[in-house]
Amino acid sequence: MTRRRTLATLGLGLAVAAAAAIAAAAVARPREPVVIALTIHYSAFDPATVRVPVGVPVMFVITNTDPIDHEWIVGDAATHERHRTGSEPVHDARPTEITIPAGTERRTTVTFAAPGDELFICHLPGHEAYGMVGRVVITR
Amino acid sequence: MRHGRRLGRVGLGLSTALLGLFLAATPILACGGLIGPNGAVNLLRTSTLAAYHDGVEHYVTAFEFAGGGGAFGSITPLPGIPSKVEKGGDWTLQRLVRETSPILNEAFRAAAGSPAASDGAIELQKVTIDALDLTVLQGGATDIGIWAKNHGFRLPPDAPQVLDFYAARSQIFLAAAFDADAATGRGQQIGDGTPVHITIPTDNPWVPLRILALGKAGAETVQADVYLLTDRAPALLPAPTGENGIRLDHSDRASAGLLDDLRSDRGMDWIPTTGWLTKVAVDSTAAQLGYDLAIDASGAGRPSAIDAGFTMPGAVVPVSHVELSRLFLALAFVAVGLVGIGLITRACPTTGRPVGW
Repeated sequence: MTRRRTLATLGLGLAVAAAAAIAAAAVARPREPVVIALTIHYSAFDPATVRVPVGVPVMFVITNTDPIDHEWIVGDAATHERHRTGSEPVHDARPTEITIPAGTERRTTVTFAAPGDELFICHLPGHEAYGMVGRVVITR
Repeated sequence: MRHGRRLGRVGLGLSTALLGLFLAATPILACGGLIGPNGAVNLLRTSTLAAYHDGVEHYVTAFEFAGGGGAFGSITPLPGIPSKVEKGGDWTLQRLVRETSPILNEAFRAAAGSPAASDGAIELQKVTIDALDLTVLQGGATDIGIWAKNHGFRLPPDAPQVLDFYAARSQIFLAAAFDADAATGRGQQIGDGTPVHITIPTDNPWVPLRILALGKAGAETVQADVYLLTDRAPALLPAPTGENGIRLDHSDRASAGLLDDLRSDRGMDWIPTTGWLTKVAVDSTAAQLGYDLAIDASGAGRPSAIDAGFTMPGAVVPVSHVELSRLFLALAFVAVGLVGIGLITRACPTTGRPVGW
């Protein structure tokens, strides 16, 4: 009986210790975001298609080499439709909607919740029609 | 989202075959298109005189007040630093139109902008002509882009590539800011043009054409009339074949009557007593117009591929087949010569004299 109790206590202790270790590791080492570098040159995204894992933070490092401002807005069709007629002069409140001034670099981290495809588009006047459209392929 | 909504629009267009960046309202640019609030470009036929005499290029173009309010502007790439920017003659462009198309009488268009700081590009010269504020800028594509942004202009998405295209050859631009409210205040009526005369000492006269397509979709039409007045018949690159988007509408010795009329206009006393008048009509799609018009009026018949934008300065020019064949021919001659010398040397050994003879 005593032996059983000792084993049970030991097992419980190990389980608690393992859980604590896992929790501690999680706190000490937050999940590293995936880093995707994007360049904007001559009003085009490069690369124009990126693949990212679902549920993992993805840091986009976007460098605008052009002498004009650009936008990087990622989302579904409804998001883009809203921006086509929007009126915000600058985007800096949401990680999925940022403005990259001429000759600068901006970083933003996005976690995609579900697999599928989303587009990233510059919605400045004429830029989408010019071809400033890219695709994010979100995979499991 | 749309920032642009603030002023409306910006576009680069040419006024003399130059460029214009436009914002706002309804005024029309002499040499270019206007970018609408939705980014659409309205193409306009424009007229420009590019004359070259005694190592000096003269651009004469006009900015026309088309009504409305606010400000808009244009930026024009230039082949060199102007020695003078002044009000142009009153009838020069109209007289040229009459000389080559007695029936047609196209209007001239113009554009504008808003004054401000001088970040980015260096402001070399500022001149105000009527409701136009003209600034000669020196700088690369980035400098011009920053200057434009600081002055409230929104450049279209093809501007980075187009500005690089020009800045690689000449980092001089003319920005024209047109204040439509001021024009109204001055009593200018819709259709009133402000002629501008830009004097540019240069060895390489060229007329910017590609800028006319700025902000336009590939299938959109670009139309403009470019008048060239040179001492002799010029060689042009590209040759205006009609199939390549530019057409030769007139090429003949300039009449004494025309030259006398032009010379009697304001600031036109430099017009020579003889000359050659060429009219090149631009009738192209925006996608096709990826070049400028290089002019060689020296008689050598060699317009520059760099000035036309076909080759960028410093680009490695590939050796052509003709040059390679010439090289091989030269090497073959050398080889045959060496073999011949060797054979002669063997057949006729040297007859040496005895030492101390």
